[in-house]
Amino acid sequence: MTSVPGAQRRTSDPKGFPVSTSTLTSRDAAGKSGDRVFSGAALGAGILILVVLFGVAVFLIIQALPVLGADPADITGGDGFGAYIFPIVVGTVIAAAIALLLATPLGIGVALFISHYAPRRLAMTFGYLVDLLAAIPSVVYGAWGYAVLAPQLAVAYGWLAENLGWIPIFAGPASQTGKTILTAGIVLAVMVLPIITSLSREIFLQTPTLHEEAALAMGATRLEMIWMAVLPFARTGIVSAAMLGLGRALGETMAVALVLSGGALTASLIQSGNQTIAAEIALNFPEAYGLRLSELIAAGLVLFVITLVVNIIARWIVSRHRDFSGAN
Amino acid sequence: MSKRIDVKDLNVYYSKFLAVEDVNISIEARSVTAFIGPSGCGKSTFLRTLNRMHEVIPGARVEGEVLLDGDDLYDPAVDPVTVRGQVGMVFQRPNPFPTMSIRDNVLAGVKLNNKRISRSDADALVEKSLRGANLWNEVKDRLGRPGSGLSGGQQQRLCIARAIAVSPQVILMDEPCSALDPISTLAIEDLINELKADYTVVIVTHNMQQAARVSDKTAFFNIAGTGKPGKLIEYADTTTIFNKPVQKSTEDYVSGRFG
Repeated sequence: MTSVPGAQRRTSDPKGFPVSTSTLTSRDAAGKSGDRVFSGAALGAGILILVVLFGVAVFLIIQALPVLGADPADITGGDGFGAYIFPIVVGTVIAAAIALLLATPLGIGVALFISHYAPRRLAMTFGYLVDLLAAIPSVVYGAWGYAVLAPQLAVAYGWLAENLGWIPIFAGPASQTGKTILTAGIVLAVMVLPIITSLSREIFLQTPTLHEEAALAMGATRLEMIWMAVLPFARTGIVSAAMLGLGRALGETMAVALVLSGGALTASLIQSGNQTIAAEIALNFPEAYGLRLSELIAAGLVLFVITLVVNIIARWIVSRHRDFSGAN
Repeated sequence: MSKRIDVKDLNVYYSKFLAVEDVNISIEARSVTAFIGPSGCGKSTFLRTLNRMHEVIPGARVEGEVLLDGDDLYDPAVDPVTVRGQVGMVFQRPNPFPTMSIRDNVLAGVKLNNKRISRSDADALVEKSLRGANLWNEVKDRLGRPGSGLSGGQQQRLCIARAIAVSPQVILMDEPCSALDPISTLAIEDLINELKADYTVVIVTHNMQQAARVSDKTAFFNIAGTGKPGKLIEYADTTTIFNKPVQKSTEDYVSGRFG
């Protein structure tokens, strides 16, 4: 017998029973180590996210601490941090709310058109174009809002102030340049639209054929089928899509900084005024130092918390209907 | 509330591919008719042409006539939505709407067709439909719970309740028991026997014992080979099909010599 490795595996013991070749255990070991590596990698990735999140939070808190101990008179505005942050928190929320109110229904509509109405080839092109919108840099949106949209809207604002001025949010005098929080909200809506559309479309496309057919077989029109089978199935996903969009709207800096001529908090959406946290930070960061820097970072921390709270509320809303989610 | 179906010279196409060729068949009102045949022979496709559900697949079209008590389903003036309201369907896999409660599932079709229905009328309809589907006693205490929480057999009976809640003329069943265990299958078969009193029932099945147990008449479909159209080979009383069929291929199939 030669000494080729492995040749001895095929021999048998004196009683004629085959000797163990260890193939079962060796393969198992290989599979197990691969599995272990993968689960380790997944765990590592999960931990990494938490570390990054935690690191950012710690950085923000440490840098923002000086604001807490500072004399209120030293804070910008002279009335303490609360008085400083409150108007820009409200401004941020207004701009993001306008964006979401405009973009969510429109995004769902566009997504439904792509997933359930358009002929297949048109739908693919159309979906690709919408995805392309998401790739446009925000400074380009800002420039477009500044140079094209705002002057156009200024005319409309004039009309609104004249005819609907009795409603506080349309109170005059309207901005002559159109650089208002409403314009900023509209630009944000355009930016958020591709996110909501893309995600919703993917979810709509995953609606089980079984449920669509169940609705159609009962004599539902296509619209009724969408109400019965597609939208309920997609509810969780639509909320997630809106939340991602909201995240972008809350945090968007460049476009708002360009489009909004900021100022004090005003109820009217068509006057210049209001400011968002992200734009406030971006506009003032280059020249800030010392306490002013801490203020801005504290403002960033507040934005961080707002985003977190909104997400938690959204998750809670979704989980209330878990029994009916169709996940079982 | 039950109508007969007469099919004349029906061809079904998927784009250019002829899937089912030249079917002529008359299905009596208040009877159970079973379609049997090997996989891919076009029996499900043909079943779907009876309520125009095949049109859900892009490129599907038919030539010929399907008459529901003399009215052609394929008349250009006919809306498929109206057809499906009259010809209900139960699918292979139970598909109650997962986001709706048991009660809302039963009422789904009724709410489509309008009409505001008073709460007491709705309650009565839910009970009647669920009783009709032999499900009432099992779910009467949890009508507000999601339909997806029921067992497979219960879900399928819920789907039948949903179908009969709109008082259709015809109920089509596409292998309604193929995803169910024998006990649930028996429950559905008993139900089919009861449904016959009020509805025209057409059922596609792979299970020949099931066809023999539940149907009055049986249609055997076959296909000459891959890529060839499916054809209706033989249509007769169920006892005839299973005991002394005329066609050789029918005999081979029901006796288990092929397929």
